[in-house]
Amino acid sequence: MKRSTLLPLAVLAASILGAGIAAVSAKPITYTLPDETAAFKPGPNLEVVQGNCGSCHSADYVITQPQGPAFKKAFWEAEVTKMIKIYAAPIDEADVPKIVDYLVQNY
Amino acid sequence: MIDRRALLKQSGAAFAMLGAASAFAPLRALADTVTLPFGNGERPLGKYPQKRPMIVMTSRPPQLETPFSVFNDGAITPNDAFFVRYHLAGLPLDIDPDTFTLEVKGKVDKPLKLKLAELKAMPSVEVVAVNQCSGNSRGFFEPRVAGGQLGNGAMGNARWKGVPLKAVLDRAGVQAGARQVTFNGLDTAIVDKTPDFVKALDVDQARNGEVMLAYGMNGQDLPFLNGFPLRLVVPGYYGTYWVKHLNEITVIDSVFDGYWMKTAYRMPDNDCNCTEPGTPPKSTVPIGRFTVRSFITSVANGAKVAAGRPVVLKGIAFDGGTGIKQVAVSIDGGLSWLPAKLGQDLGKYSFREWQLPVTLTAGPHELKVRATSNGGQTQPMKPLWNPAGYLRNVVETVNVTAA
Repeated sequence: MKRSTLLPLAVLAASILGAGIAAVSAKPITYTLPDETAAFKPGPNLEVVQGNCGSCHSADYVITQPQGPAFKKAFWEAEVTKMIKIYAAPIDEADVPKIVDYLVQNY
Repeated sequence: MIDRRALLKQSGAAFAMLGAASAFAPLRALADTVTLPFGNGERPLGKYPQKRPMIVMTSRPPQLETPFSVFNDGAITPNDAFFVRYHLAGLPLDIDPDTFTLEVKGKVDKPLKLKLAELKAMPSVEVVAVNQCSGNSRGFFEPRVAGGQLGNGAMGNARWKGVPLKAVLDRAGVQAGARQVTFNGLDTAIVDKTPDFVKALDVDQARNGEVMLAYGMNGQDLPFLNGFPLRLVVPGYYGTYWVKHLNEITVIDSVFDGYWMKTAYRMPDNDCNCTEPGTPPKSTVPIGRFTVRSFITSVANGAKVAAGRPVVLKGIAFDGGTGIKQVAVSIDGGLSWLPAKLGQDLGKYSFREWQLPVTLTAGPHELKVRATSNGGQTQPMKPLWNPAGYLRNVVETVNVTAA
């Protein structure tokens, strides 16, 4: 088969390109993500938000959303409901109003 | 409000700083930020392994936007500047290309388990194709909508290398009655019950010879964050179908009803795929091909340019796979249009560069660019709207002052 001629060529090409992690030399790769820098603002119920929202995604998912009068209670209620109903976030019912209040107050 | 010039300056400085450092320099957060030209558009620039400083929309899971100045550097987007979009935070951070296996199963005569080396031993093909996030430019929607608040940098153009999906499906032997093919990658959700990110194509599209299992990107292996070691490439279609870290292909005899097809990534089912701003659609269909778009890349909004002598405007255009027929530029806010000269044709799925020398009189000018595809589609002068913030392709405007 062609494979015996193709493979050395591929290795040669990879060494010329010197692609580091991307080399064909077939070492397992371990990718290291940088530390998160975004953080939720301090305020009442911060720990409820960190514990619930923050277990699946970083704070910037919240922080970068549109802001203003049109993006208050109804908007954040819909987002939290989506997280529970669609993405199966295990959020206690009692925590829902605390999370919504925090989001409305801070974003 | 608009601060793209500051953006370019800052990101340029960051590039220079990092250009001198090794790609394997210790990770650190960059102090630089950029401000995308819409409300709440401030973003950090972040340095990820294998990437130059990128606009960080979210960090877990990572969603990184290409600094817009990159698109002025050529028709091909470098791997280290290519945008990143994940849905689920369980990234497969340890991958051994020797043991990585692509499974092909379901309604096939002969289920397959293919190692990466076996795929690479098959006859390979290449295509230059744009990948663009469905929600690219969502931040510009008015009224604003929930979701990733992207500027225009969730797009890129690369030369992809791999094996036609058709060749692998033929090897497995698709059975009569097959309707769709589903694609799953190694990334997983944090919560078990979160819908796994699985996408589907109709079996005819999956076997059209163009859909590719790609392991190469611009002459190198895929960067980790772009789907190493194998991703689906669906030329002309939005990035949602380009499943990363692809390890599971299933042929099914029904229409796939997973969340990411049945509920998410859908657009209004009408001629414009749009609704009255602020209103929901009556019915929806899965998102498909790119709308036609074009950009001016050589001058940023708010820039000062020379008056009274020729200035060459440059940019890019692309569509969902018919290719670009014409790019027209206006220097008077859309009152009159001049045909631009198209650059090298890298194929109907690629960015097409364009340029046009213009001479501007002293004073403010509203520059616009509008592409027309070989399929006869063109860009609307006013933005179309849909509640998910997809498909944006309004004629872009760049305001400059000549002096």
